[in-house]
Amino acid sequence: MPELYGAYGGRYVPETLIPALDELTAAWEEALADERFRAELDELGRTYAGRPTPLTRADRFAPAKRLYLKREDLLHTGAHKLNNALGQAVLARRLGKRRIVAETGAGQHGVATATVCARFGLECIVYMGEEDMRRQRPNVERMGLLGAEVRPVDFGTRTLKEATSEAIRDWITNVETTHYLIGSCVGPAPYPAIVRELQAVIGREARAQLLEAEGRLPEAVLACVGGGSNAIGMFAGFLDDAEVELVGVEAAGAASLGTGRTGVLHGSRSSVLADEDGQIADAHSISAGLDYPGVGPEHASLRDSGRARYVGTTDDEALDAFRRLTRTEGIIPALEPAHALARVGDLDAELVLVCLSGRGDKDLAEVLARGE
Amino acid sequence: MSKALVIYLMCGPETPALAEAAVEGGADLVELGFPFSDPLADGPVIRRAAERALAQGMRTRACLDCLAETRGRVDAPLVPMTYSSLLEAYGWERFADDARAAGAASLIVADLPAGARPELRRVHLVAPTSTDERLRLAGEQTDGWLYLVTVTGTTGTRSGPSAALAGLATRARSAAPGVPLYAGFGISTPEDARASAELTDGVVVGSRALEAAEQGPDALRDYVASLRSALDAL
Repeated sequence: MPELYGAYGGRYVPETLIPALDELTAAWEEALADERFRAELDELGRTYAGRPTPLTRADRFAPAKRLYLKREDLLHTGAHKLNNALGQAVLARRLGKRRIVAETGAGQHGVATATVCARFGLECIVYMGEEDMRRQRPNVERMGLLGAEVRPVDFGTRTLKEATSEAIRDWITNVETTHYLIGSCVGPAPYPAIVRELQAVIGREARAQLLEAEGRLPEAVLACVGGGSNAIGMFAGFLDDAEVELVGVEAAGAASLGTGRTGVLHGSRSSVLADEDGQIADAHSISAGLDYPGVGPEHASLRDSGRARYVGTTDDEALDAFRRLTRTEGIIPALEPAHALARVGDLDAELVLVCLSGRGDKDLAEVLARGE
Repeated sequence: MSKALVIYLMCGPETPALAEAAVEGGADLVELGFPFSDPLADGPVIRRAAERALAQGMRTRACLDCLAETRGRVDAPLVPMTYSSLLEAYGWERFADDARAAGAASLIVADLPAGARPELRRVHLVAPTSTDERLRLAGEQTDGWLYLVTVTGTTGTRSGPSAALAGLATRARSAAPGVPLYAGFGISTPEDARASAELTDGVVVGSRALEAAEQGPDALRDYVASLRSALDAL
């Protein structure tokens, strides 16, 4: 019954959560079949989040290409994360759950979750590693202003991996009153499918917008991959277009798909950074949002089938792309999509679409600390 | 009938001696934790013990050796308790085979619920949230006994008896007739043990046993003996 992506996915969680996952699956299927759910999401997207987000030509950044940026950085709260948080908040309300727990790395998902909880009057607890709280101070302050309680996680890597484990432990303890609003296309079924569907609006819009602008499909579509939610949402629009090359860009120090092995982390079987004994390894990236040793199971399956390919970008290359986009286009990107921007020049393709998944305000301190 | 007492220890250099002390104190079965870096079902005590064990190099091979060495020191059944990631890396069947060869009586995988990989013989956990249908499935598939998770939560000490256990024990009895039920998670004092054992066939003590074990075999033996007397007074 729990869906699998080839050999990946599943539900590797303690028994306590299985009935909640069954309940969530049923509520999700019911919501998908309910026109009012879709209408409510569309309305919230239009009047609250700022959808559709525009497509922007970036000629000065890539003069040799026809490069388009899908501007999820212009979405309310500054990143694609809101698409998922809004959808899951509506779902939580359908489940009758008034308490929300979430994990966050860069803080973008935490801010999106705190935002929708404020909008719907839900209690909000966000787990965040102490190292990430240091790196992403403005987002910690935003969550507090929005009324969320940010709980620091002070053990292990003090980053997204441990924050996710603590959020799941909270959910195990409070499962009867609480919805776990996971931030990426990871975790036990049905979460990868829910997050993909809620982010698929990115790819649907971008495909239609590019067809209108150019009269043809892009030759290549790029997106950064940490857990992989903006990428899977973008790819979802083009999976059936076999001629469109799909490229996921990981941080070189957190390349779960590029250098990982099959393993089990946070409830699903996927490609993970782990040693030969299955102990999860530390990821290392300048970008808190990509600093995660796992990845969504559908990406592992797309890699194996060859439908998408996955490449890496180093911290320095991402910083360079961050500065170049800022200076050539007047757009300050988040460090996460800067990883995807760094690979544009390598492609043979001329007509290229990149998901600009978030804006870079949160990263200013980190970038400035690295010098001009 | 005497109530079963299960003691959980983390694999480590001292574990064979600690297991011997636990059995001398009255443990009927010893669970041996194979540490995992990201143990979702565990609270802080077992998580920290896992971090220490990994820092001491207690990887899968070393844990199997620890199991075999413990097997040489005690007669009580030994049951490894771990997480899926270790089996995925080692090979699911190979892990089960090698654990048995090293003296394991069964296996517990904390993040592999009933229904998944039914060919892997293991003791299943059931929780207060489990439906009757899932209790039946777990009862059919379990290897010898059912591990009743007394609370909705992770492992570790809590204050007072579990309000959820009585209902869970009653439902598990009718869903899995004849299957012994052992209660665990949050049981730390002799009073907790007695209260839980009144409703079940035995108890599992983990986090508090690890804390006693940190004080050495004598402290562990005394602590286990205090649990044993509480159960034998029933």
